[in-house]
Amino acid sequence: MTAGRRSLAISRALLWPALIVAILLTQIPLVATLYYSFQEWNLLRPGQRGFVGFDNYAKVLSNGSFLSSLGNTVLVTGSAVVGATLLGLLFAVLLDRKFVGQSVARTLMITPFLVMPAAAALIWKWSILDFTYGMANWGLSLVGLPPVAWNTELPAATVIMVLIWQYTPFAMLILLAGLQSQPREVLEAAGVDGAGPFRTFTWITLPHLRQYVEITVLLATILLLQVFDPVAIMTNGTGGSKTLSYLLYERAFIGLEVGEAAAYGVMTVIVTIIVAMVALRTLFKVFSEEGLMNR
Amino acid sequence: MTTTTLGMPVTTTRKAPVRKPARWASRRVRGIALTVVTWIAVLAFFFPVVWMVFTAFKPESQAATLPPTFAPDLTLDRFQAVFDRGMLPYLINSASASLGSTLLVLALAIPAAYALSVRPVKNVRDPLFFLISTKFMPVAASIIPVYMLLQAVGGLDNITWLTILYVGVNLPIAVWMMRSFLAEVPREIIEAAQIDGAGLRTEIFRVVLPIVLPGIAAAGLICFIFAWNEFFLANLLTTQVARTTPPVLGSFVDGRGQFLSVLSAASTIAIVPVVIAGWVAQKQLVRGLAMGAIK
Amino acid sequence: MTLRTRMRRATVPAVLAAGALVVAGCSGAGGGGGTSDGGDGPVELTLATVNNPQMKDMEELKGEFEEAHPDITVNFVQMEENDLRDAVTKDIATGGGQYDIVTIGSYEVPIWAQNEWLTDLTEPLTSDAEYDVDDLFAPVKDVVSVDDSLYAVPFYGESSMLMYNKEILDEAGITLSDHPTWDEVADAAREVNSDDVTGICLRGKPGWGELFAPLTTVVQTFGGTWFDADWNAHVDDPEFNEAVQFYVDLVKDAGPADPVSTGFTECLNTMTQGKAAMWVDATVAAGMLEDPEASEVAGKMGYAHAPVKETEESGWLWSWNLAVPETTQNKDAAIEFVKWATSKEYHQLVGEELGWTRVPPGARQSTYEIPEYVEAAESFAPITQDIMLSVNPTQPGLYEQSWTGIQYVTIPEFQDLGNQVSQDLSDVFAGRSELGPVLERGQQLAQEAGDAQ
Repeated sequence: MTAGRRSLAISRALLWPALIVAILLTQIPLVATLYYSFQEWNLLRPGQRGFVGFDNYAKVLSNGSFLSSLGNTVLVTGSAVVGATLLGLLFAVLLDRKFVGQSVARTLMITPFLVMPAAAALIWKWSILDFTYGMANWGLSLVGLPPVAWNTELPAATVIMVLIWQYTPFAMLILLAGLQSQPREVLEAAGVDGAGPFRTFTWITLPHLRQYVEITVLLATILLLQVFDPVAIMTNGTGGSKTLSYLLYERAFIGLEVGEAAAYGVMTVIVTIIVAMVALRTLFKVFSEEGLMNR
Repeated sequence: MTTTTLGMPVTTTRKAPVRKPARWASRRVRGIALTVVTWIAVLAFFFPVVWMVFTAFKPESQAATLPPTFAPDLTLDRFQAVFDRGMLPYLINSASASLGSTLLVLALAIPAAYALSVRPVKNVRDPLFFLISTKFMPVAASIIPVYMLLQAVGGLDNITWLTILYVGVNLPIAVWMMRSFLAEVPREIIEAAQIDGAGLRTEIFRVVLPIVLPGIAAAGLICFIFAWNEFFLANLLTTQVARTTPPVLGSFVDGRGQFLSVLSAASTIAIVPVVIAGWVAQKQLVRGLAMGAIK
Repeated sequence: MTLRTRMRRATVPAVLAAGALVVAGCSGAGGGGGTSDGGDGPVELTLATVNNPQMKDMEELKGEFEEAHPDITVNFVQMEENDLRDAVTKDIATGGGQYDIVTIGSYEVPIWAQNEWLTDLTEPLTSDAEYDVDDLFAPVKDVVSVDDSLYAVPFYGESSMLMYNKEILDEAGITLSDHPTWDEVADAAREVNSDDVTGICLRGKPGWGELFAPLTTVVQTFGGTWFDADWNAHVDDPEFNEAVQFYVDLVKDAGPADPVSTGFTECLNTMTQGKAAMWVDATVAAGMLEDPEASEVAGKMGYAHAPVKETEESGWLWSWNLAVPETTQNKDAAIEFVKWATSKEYHQLVGEELGWTRVPPGARQSTYEIPEYVEAAESFAPITQDIMLSVNPTQPGLYEQSWTGIQYVTIPEFQDLGNQVSQDLSDVFAGRSELGPVLERGQQLAQEAGDAQ
């Protein structure tokens, strides 16, 4: 068995550099966050720094910011993921057909996902959603609708809109791959048996797509949980758009309360660990079903 | 077209179904209608990008108008203005942080993924679980210690440190993707190489890498995109010398007079590298986005 | 050995390393000292500044200074206002010492001075008769002084005033005095407000420096305050409530259509295009409204003191100041540059080299006696000077204050407090929340901040 052992040692040698880097870069700050969370430390009051035990946590739990931001995160992430997945499915079905310019259309469709989020947020804010000169209100005026004060009346919705715009291509690409992996003769057999396109879609295609939808939802959720750019650029956290990422940023760099911000950070980590556990279980299951885990 | 869904190779062909002429004609009309609908939907989705690029070529006085100006005097003046305001160093910073971090990530991720998929490692789940769980954590949660630690080592406003942080951000994704790609390499090929007495180096470089080259490209592309578009860390940890493009874009929103076309020009410049890369490497993009879950 | 135990072992040194780094970070934060030798070698100064036009002018002219001081070079690092505030605050608070000269707002000066982050400039400035420190506008000087010591020098200063489009008001047959009341202004705004013209542009963008700059002055002239002299919060007082309700109603009836995205920039744009009748905002805006190249309303504007209710004046007071951090190793050279950039000669230089409208306003009284400047800025310079001299930063409202400042409270917690309450107010603008509960929460936050004093 020496050969096997040697081989095991080699594997570990290959694995460790990546693990060490990941541990250094993610765990050290985490430990430090924990340490700071027990300190009273306002950057603008350098003289009054000290250990305060769980005071910061008491503060964090007693004012409603954490829970409301958690709710906002769920709402913003949830609606964006659902919206992007549904629209992505629609576009995937449309683009799965053979038609004139299919590949050009697909190329154009994936672009929003490639656009730098900061640029997307700025362009949406100033070019599309501006009250006076924005294309959205101009479009509304063409069909005789009154203009909307997007930023005042619907801040959270504007963030969700931009996120859906950016992540629909992401969902579409995965779901399109799913559609194209359908065994054709099953579809054709269904056609021969007299099932209409709608029935074929709901009975055969949708069940087949299930695992692709799961992957889409999971990956989009991972990416969107961190959402910060459009909130910082478009709404500054007003009207239900203050997600956890933005709250943490605000506590740390506007509040300048290092200790309190760290306590918020620790709370967020705890919540995300719980979410991650559940999500990862599912993720592993999805990937196992794919047969990748068992190879 | 050959797919391997559910582990079963399936060969499919698209056959024009034989139909009665009348029904065929009505199908054709429906097909054309569907194509038109598809194109309208795609163009609507692509519109913000078109509008941004179009606005970038307008003079400032025709950018924010009501109704919108559709036949402006086209000019390259605003692009010139972007570079006059010193955009180039930021683009160079973005490029070096993105390329540098991507190369480092691949150098770490490929061996690790190799150990996790091809070579025998007991307990594949723990390191994988750990890696991907770091991806769930909002970066914002530990931003204060990151800031303080960088301050202590003189790493603020420093492109090398920003690059290193991007390695931490992208490493988990890359390991996941590479693991999936490597798992597709037929076991027999590797075993054959090992029996032939090939060393580890030959095994990796001569046998396995050529097979997963498209996968490496996919992982690299995704890491590059994420690094190029990253806003949060760049915004907080750099000020001038190491500032990258995303946080700079906001400074084109100017208090003195009109700014929409210069903002559009800056955003256009900022998104071009990634959009072109994504268009060219669409296949890789699909595989990469699904983290290798879709073949 | 399983991988898991190996991983555990490896985390121990990692944690230790983290601890070590944390300790290192702490000691760095406390100390951060200068090993200044004041030697005669060439000196390179790093100046962090906001990217305002006036600051860009300074960079353009710095060659003159370097010519006169061949051993000193000055490097400018320009940033957006918020980025600058973040970068400089973080640098100084954590003992970074990257900058030899910093540009800071009047809000920061007293706080930083109390933390002993800033060099006391009183002696070097007063000892130089030619510099004429008493020429600086007294109210502006007050807000950057702590216990009669100067910790920063105003580079330019501003108050706020009412700016109105005379054409629109004339058409409606409305005339305004130099000292209008808020009730008059509100009536006028509601009267001229139409689909094409905003009655009055007022900021609604969240942020202590955005919405709460004008709104705090309204609160004060309505008889309210954030805190009394003993740091009791008064945010849910009837006066505070009445003022905010008045402001919100006015915005809803005759203000910008998308208030939460409206700040100084947006109002300036609306105003220059002749699409708003009135605007209460920074006095520096006048220079931009009167610039015929950028503004359609140049020459059509009228100016008045900021509207009042219970007080005599209601203008705010803000200045961008140059200060020298204690951490610099080039203190003497830095002070030399600060003196040059805020001197009378510098104002002359700007006027002669770049044009008289570009002279930094609101810093020196003597500027308002330069004939060329008075001529170039005749429509707004006299009233600006008048307002700058009449506002009272030690007691702007009816309450006595234990801080100096008008539209802000010089405690570290204020920017956070102002931001949070203004975010909640954007729900009130949109009709998602009632004002009462918002101010109740504001009172709670304010009292927490007050208790920390």
